[in-house]
Amino acid sequence: MNPGYELPQDEAGYSFGFLDEFAKREIRRTLLKAISIPGYQTPYASREMPMGRGFGTGGLQLTLSLIGPGDTLKVIDQGADDSVNAVNLRHFVELTCPGVDTTERTHEATLIQSRHRIPERALTEQQVLVLQVPYPDPLVIVEPSEARRKVMHGEGDYSRLLTKLYEDIVQFDEITISHRYPTRINGHYVIDPSPIPRYDVPRLHQSRALVLLGAGREKKIYAVPPYTDAMPLVFDDVPFRIEDFRDGQGHRRACSRCGATDSFLDEMIADDGSKTWQCSDSDYCNETLATRTAQIEVTA
Amino acid sequence: MKKILEVRGLSKIHGQGCAHCYESTGPEMDTNLCPHCGSVVAAHGVSFELHAGEILGIMGESGSGKSTVVKTLFFDDAPSAGEAVFFDGEQQRSLFALNAAEQRWLRNHRFGMVYQNPHLGLNFNVSAGGNIAERLLMSDLTHYGQIRERASMLLARTEVLPERMDESPKQFSGGMQQRVQIAKALATQPPLLFLDEVTTGLDLSVQARILDLILEIQQELRTAMIVVTHDLGVIRLLAGRTLVMKYGRVIESGLTDQILEDPQHAYTQRLVASAL
Amino acid sequence: MQAILKIEGLSKHFQLHDQNKLIPSCANVDMAVYSGALSALVGPTGAGKSSVLKCVYRTYLPSAGRMLFRDAAGHVTDLAQASEYRMLELRQSEIGFVTQFLHCLPRKSALDVVAAPLVARGDILENAQEKARELLRLLNVPERLWAVPPATFSGGEKQRVNLARGLIARPRLLLLDEPTASLDPATTDRVVDLLKVIKAEGVAMLAIFHHPELVRRLADRVVELAPPVAVTDLLENCAS
Repeated sequence: MNPGYELPQDEAGYSFGFLDEFAKREIRRTLLKAISIPGYQTPYASREMPMGRGFGTGGLQLTLSLIGPGDTLKVIDQGADDSVNAVNLRHFVELTCPGVDTTERTHEATLIQSRHRIPERALTEQQVLVLQVPYPDPLVIVEPSEARRKVMHGEGDYSRLLTKLYEDIVQFDEITISHRYPTRINGHYVIDPSPIPRYDVPRLHQSRALVLLGAGREKKIYAVPPYTDAMPLVFDDVPFRIEDFRDGQGHRRACSRCGATDSFLDEMIADDGSKTWQCSDSDYCNETLATRTAQIEVTA
Repeated sequence: MKKILEVRGLSKIHGQGCAHCYESTGPEMDTNLCPHCGSVVAAHGVSFELHAGEILGIMGESGSGKSTVVKTLFFDDAPSAGEAVFFDGEQQRSLFALNAAEQRWLRNHRFGMVYQNPHLGLNFNVSAGGNIAERLLMSDLTHYGQIRERASMLLARTEVLPERMDESPKQFSGGMQQRVQIAKALATQPPLLFLDEVTTGLDLSVQARILDLILEIQQELRTAMIVVTHDLGVIRLLAGRTLVMKYGRVIESGLTDQILEDPQHAYTQRLVASAL
Repeated sequence: MQAILKIEGLSKHFQLHDQNKLIPSCANVDMAVYSGALSALVGPTGAGKSSVLKCVYRTYLPSAGRMLFRDAAGHVTDLAQASEYRMLELRQSEIGFVTQFLHCLPRKSALDVVAAPLVARGDILENAQEKARELLRLLNVPERLWAVPPATFSGGEKQRVNLARGLIARPRLLLLDEPTASLDPATTDRVVDLLKVIKAEGVAMLAIFHHPELVRRLADRVVELAPPVAVTDLLENCAS
């Protein structure tokens, strides 16, 4: 979106946050239900948004229904604040929600909308994380009928999903799911936690921040309320593993930009085929880099 | 011998049903299609009991309602009327009064089913071992190593080569698929097993071996079984007692050798006389 | 002495619905069987000798009469009225039947076929097989055949396997339907000796022999069955 472009609010009569008040009210009610039944995919009437389905319309509707003047919003896409998707969504909110601040700093935000990552820095009780979801139902790979999937969810019957994991171990000696790892919320419903990497799954468990998940195209909202159990689906004797960032010598790789050794790294392949690794969370990378620069200056 | 199952007045109507359905159908009327409303009376007034470790045969032609009986007992289908009590240790469970979750629990823990069509009993998208794993997972065993061990033991018992356990049953012969189904059904060591035309469509030599296997298992595990078939040979080999069904009604029941050698009902006499 | 089995007025006829016919088989049979004794049924072909045996075993449903069986505990059961479960119980523990034909599973070895009644009763397989070996040896079944399924055996071999299976569980009442029909004289002698031993152990027997000589050698009592009543008489009886 052209930053110089302004929505013609007056002529079109858009209300605060683009959505009309009835839409927001319905979404908020749905949210209350989703929070009351942790992990349950609550259906709602997903609205048309001025962007294509699949560009985060589910997350955006949640954000627009929740945000108010005084809130500070951060939008990230795969950890980065400056990718096209994140920039456009942020700009859309800036245009339609007068009085709302935006930020790139995780700790400043009250509301964080994210595509496929949970920020590195631990979230607090004062923050709400909104995740954009393409496919809300983890059972869709084993059961095509939604009616039957609903019964399976209701009865907590995830044996067929576990069978899929069993087959993975048989074939590849490990569970090969890299993203969207099925996760059991509060001991009952298993959710698709959106395409966050395995690295982020343990951070849903007993999270201090409220985590909301919105699927615009599939018209579902679900939630991981604060301080709620979120356990990845596993076998008793095959523990859940997160991504391994060790090099050939067994050393933990560091971010090539900020030097952090405790963050989720993106692999970059240069034109000559050489590989480097860099923090996926741009704010965390900047912060670590700033601290390190400050230290170097002090030493100097 | 302990009673394990008691069925009373089991009925199943496919269609809307009307007040005349029962009186207008059955062997005397020579139809199971109600002339008043067009509903199919698949079963009516079926009553029997089953003791622990016993094999009961249900014999009849296609459309006699024999499969309907086991389908309702296995909760694949809901009955229109009737009662079935399952005696589970000290507990008595009225099958049709249970809620869906309780029924699923019984299916997974206490009952086993082997279908004529392996596609109904097996998931062809996962391996043979995975099929057994699924059933074990349903009964809340979530230890990968133990699941592997149990699955390979069960497949060995049903004479499926353990080295083929990670192959899809798609690549198996019909007889092998039935063996995998039997292994899957037995995974939770259920006290009650339903066998619906399990050897129909198999080669005679394969049939004989499957029947052998079923009998061996019955003797080893003392599993009670209901065997549904139109094949008198299967009934003779497996069942101690037999029900004969026609147009949804039980027209005759008795000791299997008596049913086969001294049938009382005209229909059974014809059935026995026409057997090869 | 108390009879183990008392048959009173036993009749059996078959009603063939399709042909609308009544076929009489045996009529008004009265007899008793005692422990440690053999009662032989004699009479012309079609007199219903086999039918009596099958009625006692309940392979046939009797048309009329009583068959009072006194079990090991002293309880008397009318086999004509007994429930299916009661019959299965008695077949497993008290009443054995040796027929001319062998029905068994295609894959089971002769040894296991013979041992089966003991295994079904809950005996340990090894013990059952040991007893089966003993009997097969006694009945002159060549040892090389023991591990082979009997389906391929000759008539005489099959019959001996069948006999061994019928005798192994030592039922209190043994029904024998021409148990030596296809045996050579030497083996027949062995069978006769064996039956004498079993009889001396107190087993009651009800038997049909194809040869009068065998009746003479084994029977303690002989019951002559009358030829069947004419069909028309029966139909009239039924109609009245």
